[in-house]
Amino acid sequence: MSTATLPAPMRVGITGAHRRPALGRLVAVELRKMVDTRAGFWLLVATIAITLVAVIVRLIVGDAADHTFASVLYVGVRPAAFLLPVAGILLVTSEWSQRTGMITFALVPVRSRVLGAKLLASIVLSVAMLLAVVTIVAAAVLVASPGVDGTWSDIVPLIGQSAVYLVSGMIVGVAFGAVLLASTPAIVALYTLPTAWTAVASLSFFADVAPWLDAGRALDPLSLEIFSATQWAHAGTALALWMVVPLLIGLWRITRREIAA
Amino acid sequence: MIEAQAITKQLGGRAVVSDVSFRCEPGTITGFLGPNGAGKSTTMRMLVGLSEPDRGEATIFGGRYRDLPNPGRRVGVLLDASAQHPGRRGREALAVSAHMMGVPAKRVSTLLELVGLDETAGRRRVGKYSLGMRQRLGLAHALLGDPEVLILDEPANGLDPEGMRWMRELLRSFAERGGTVLLSSHLLAEVEAVADRMMIIGDGRIQVQGTRAELLTEAGTIVEAADLATLDAVFHRAGLTTHAVDGDRRLVEAEPEVVARLALANDVVLRRLAPAESAGLERLFFDLTTPGGSAPSPNADSIHPELTGATA
Repeated sequence: MSTATLPAPMRVGITGAHRRPALGRLVAVELRKMVDTRAGFWLLVATIAITLVAVIVRLIVGDAADHTFASVLYVGVRPAAFLLPVAGILLVTSEWSQRTGMITFALVPVRSRVLGAKLLASIVLSVAMLLAVVTIVAAAVLVASPGVDGTWSDIVPLIGQSAVYLVSGMIVGVAFGAVLLASTPAIVALYTLPTAWTAVASLSFFADVAPWLDAGRALDPLSLEIFSATQWAHAGTALALWMVVPLLIGLWRITRREIAA
Repeated sequence: MIEAQAITKQLGGRAVVSDVSFRCEPGTITGFLGPNGAGKSTTMRMLVGLSEPDRGEATIFGGRYRDLPNPGRRVGVLLDASAQHPGRRGREALAVSAHMMGVPAKRVSTLLELVGLDETAGRRRVGKYSLGMRQRLGLAHALLGDPEVLILDEPANGLDPEGMRWMRELLRSFAERGGTVLLSSHLLAEVEAVADRMMIIGDGRIQVQGTRAELLTEAGTIVEAADLATLDAVFHRAGLTTHAVDGDRRLVEAEPEVVARLALANDVVLRRLAPAESAGLERLFFDLTTPGGSAPSPNADSIHPELTGATA
């Protein structure tokens, strides 16, 4: 602080001032923001640690014949399926709770681009997390069950379906965060609304529509069995209700709302 | 170049900003003065697209802020130094924005050094920063994209006297290079020491604006006499508004020459006669920004040196 004169301007790429940052750059920044805070970093570390524990426990307590890739994957995907939506919520709500939105939206005034970058970053993070989970599960299966019949059957479609499961789950988190713009209410809503919904849907009155709108029931088997056309239809309608609708409401709110301290 | 044309904003059914117009030219520092809650922050948020005016238009470089392709490279913004993620390291907070606006990462080091945050400070999480350190980080952030315009809301808040002097020199050098600065404060002294132009906002409206010299002239004359009673009577007859200062002086809302002629014509001996300058500006600021203070009676009570107390 010896001098208060400004350094010579660093005209490295003057063009940059008149060019919009590419969407890819914004996605990279959003990914960076998910891992460069203490909370964000440990949430991801914890997800992987819990996955490891869950898979190991599954190997210890389960019957050796059950140690097919499909059955271990079903357990191994659960921690990520539970925690990625929280990362999705925080990705949006921290802009309000930590007030970094004043910086983010001043640097990228077209707010829908920021939300778009957050969605793409969520997809990238979910897929990366899936790769970690699949690696852990595959290693565990290799160790635990050499030679069990059908150990590796349907591995490719199951990984694909798990990708749909994790990605859609995290986007539901982003959508809930975007609707409520506050971490705690969004997390509470994320974990209580679907349960409350399941309770309501179990009434016989709703028996016919329940499978179409219950996200938990429609999506949980994605990492366990190959989906039929009907199951995909159930998953699609459930995601329209729990993912697309809140996402649109959230987009509407974020683009109109005052960004204030 | 910043321009506001009759911008108006209602929040929660209350007009927070009413019909505010001003221009900030390149090479100048404009001070935006007003008590807390007068509408400074809302005005600044409208300039940078975080808030949409109900009426009127805010432009930067002749266009809307949100139409700037990469605004961080042309406009440096510091609206709230505490609006940083507490779990992020100081250096990383700058690096994220540098990444976003496409500025080389080495500029982060340059700016940390410029604002006096050393390696250790850069590695600490922002949650552990003092207000002064956050303010320095915020200034570094505003300067990151090598902008032409700076919009700073209460940048001196939390800085120690040495830090304030340092910031004034920094802003001076920025303006001398042709930059445009708009900075707000609720403390007259902070703005008066650095601004070429000032505008005072109260109750959502610009009460007065002009160059520093214009406002100081408008501020009146300090006069001191052995026979104060006679002097008061003279001013009263002449219809001039006066305020008591330090007991035996008067602040007269008139130019020194007018006061001198009145004293001469009435044979009053003056011991002191001088432009009121900052004392008068304080009075002006206080009157304009205090509800019911805009129509002071002659010989109103003494000057309030503590503007903060009056405006808190």
